[in-house]
Amino acid sequence: MKPLFSEEALAIVEKYVAKFPEGKSKSAIIAILHLAQAELGGWLSPEVMDYVASILKIEPIEVYEVATFYSQYYTEPVGKYVLEVCHTGPCALRGADEMISYMERKLGIKKGETTADGLFTLKGVECLAACGSAPMMQCGLNYHENLNEQSVDVLLEEFKKESKVRRPFC
Amino acid sequence: MGKIKILTKDIGTPNLQNIDVYISKGGYASVEKAIKTLGPDAVVEEVKKSGLRGRGGAGFPTGMKWSFIDKTPGKSRYLVCNADESEPGTFKDRYLMAENPHVLIEGMITSSFALGANRSYIYVRGELIYVVRILQKAIDEAKAKGYLGKNILGSGFDLDLNVTCGAGAYICGEETALIESLEGKRGNPRIKPPFPAIAGLWGMPTVVNNVESIAAVPWIVVNGGEEYAKLGIGKSTGTKLISAGGHINKPGVYEIELGVPVEEFIYSDEYCGGIWKNRKLKAVVAGGSSVPILPANLITKTANGEARLMSYESLSDGGFATGTMLGSGGFIAYDETACIVKNTWNFARFYHHESCGQCSPCREGTGWMEKVLHNIEHGHGKPSDIDLLVDVAKKIEGNTICPLGDAAAWPVASAVRHFRDEFEWHIKNPSAATQPGAVFRNEAVLA
Repeated sequence: MKPLFSEEALAIVEKYVAKFPEGKSKSAIIAILHLAQAELGGWLSPEVMDYVASILKIEPIEVYEVATFYSQYYTEPVGKYVLEVCHTGPCALRGADEMISYMERKLGIKKGETTADGLFTLKGVECLAACGSAPMMQCGLNYHENLNEQSVDVLLEEFKKESKVRRPFC
Repeated sequence: MGKIKILTKDIGTPNLQNIDVYISKGGYASVEKAIKTLGPDAVVEEVKKSGLRGRGGAGFPTGMKWSFIDKTPGKSRYLVCNADESEPGTFKDRYLMAENPHVLIEGMITSSFALGANRSYIYVRGELIYVVRILQKAIDEAKAKGYLGKNILGSGFDLDLNVTCGAGAYICGEETALIESLEGKRGNPRIKPPFPAIAGLWGMPTVVNNVESIAAVPWIVVNGGEEYAKLGIGKSTGTKLISAGGHINKPGVYEIELGVPVEEFIYSDEYCGGIWKNRKLKAVVAGGSSVPILPANLITKTANGEARLMSYESLSDGGFATGTMLGSGGFIAYDETACIVKNTWNFARFYHHESCGQCSPCREGTGWMEKVLHNIEHGHGKPSDIDLLVDVAKKIEGNTICPLGDAAAWPVASAVRHFRDEFEWHIKNPSAATQPGAVFRNEAVLA
């Protein structure tokens, strides 16, 4: 299979695999899928998943199983920035639902949708372990906490100005 | 109670994440003492003597858990740190790892030495990639100082410590699901027995411990298990990190000596600083979303009228009829404007989303409870729905491979137990109950 990863990304894959004993490279799949999503278009297409299977020398179904189980993997295309607002209990007590409504109005989309320009996807997600600084959201690598309407406005403007997408991988 | 801090005492020191700063505060002394003076078995003994109980939520004695590990020669043993903190209301491990990463690395080295594990993992929830990076830097620094790698401090003990990540799944906080995930699979919990201590990661003997449990080990080894056991109250020894959130003035992570009165914890400026906006307290979830919710009149005092304390025993006093659990220490306060039905629906949605789907009672039951609660909250409830909820919760509880089923059932069952009149009000008055900001009031339970 034609390599999709850059040389640089392949070196990172080797680092992941080296964390596990010989013969246990499948364990690296979780981190490799994060990397694949970050490097290869922002979501896990069947082509990307098959490529990851070929790297790990496992069956494609083993990759599909994992990719569809964990909530951080996107198996459909998403916007350049995925705004993941925590809407679980403790955040809901401090205005998470109102924050999501505000962002829906601001972006002109509903929760779960992507803006027409492909820039933003808005999601409600379950507990991100930041209940003390609610409302909050994750975007890429970063947590943005103690949100209010003004700070969200500023953040969205900043995102629009950025040229490079910061997608998370370790 | 004393005000001793163990895990957080140095937080606030500039650059504590740097190993030299951490060492200047006495860091890595437990590794030296364990390796040069005590030896592995004595470390296990100290942890047993300390009475330390698993800080992830179950409260099982850590030293006892360690003593179950299969020590058959020739079998690799593994220590895995559960840093998959995902229990709603809980954010202490994230705080500790980001602010004081070396206390966890030190704990992992000393604990791995005690267990005879030559390869160990810290499994961090996937959303916390920035924490993974902080821990990786700490590991690299420790390696450069000779605390990790081959022949640590000339002892002949080797340790390869790795940090890995998940990808978004609450269930991976369950230890066997975490192990499955670490093996590169879906996080489906395993049937026990065999327990991980016999057959865990890749079928080998494995101990899985929470971040906070492992981070307590350095202090215990340096100061002795007996000193740790002097802290706290009864079988709730030592200190505990409490994540305080919801309707309080000062949300945050507080390290308390176990045994602080709940009333003091809520109202003292040292901790939560009271209920926000000068409102009354309506209810508390004391140990993360999974534990039973209690109305305000039962959280500060037990059913017998005694002051309730922040300890495993006191919070569970009265059983589920009038008590709850310390759990993970995720402390969520609800003021008089909070709607219990809405909150219960919210939690039911969470558990439905997070059920792995292996066991029918959990897969189907969580979805069913979510739908029924959604109906009640949105003005479409039927009088029979309340008993239906109790019935479904009962049929999930105890009938699943892992505790997620119980965790989903308890919040629903306890909300109905203590706030049944609020559910009835929603069902009888759908148009009033669905007005924005409408809330049922029962002065008798407020504090």
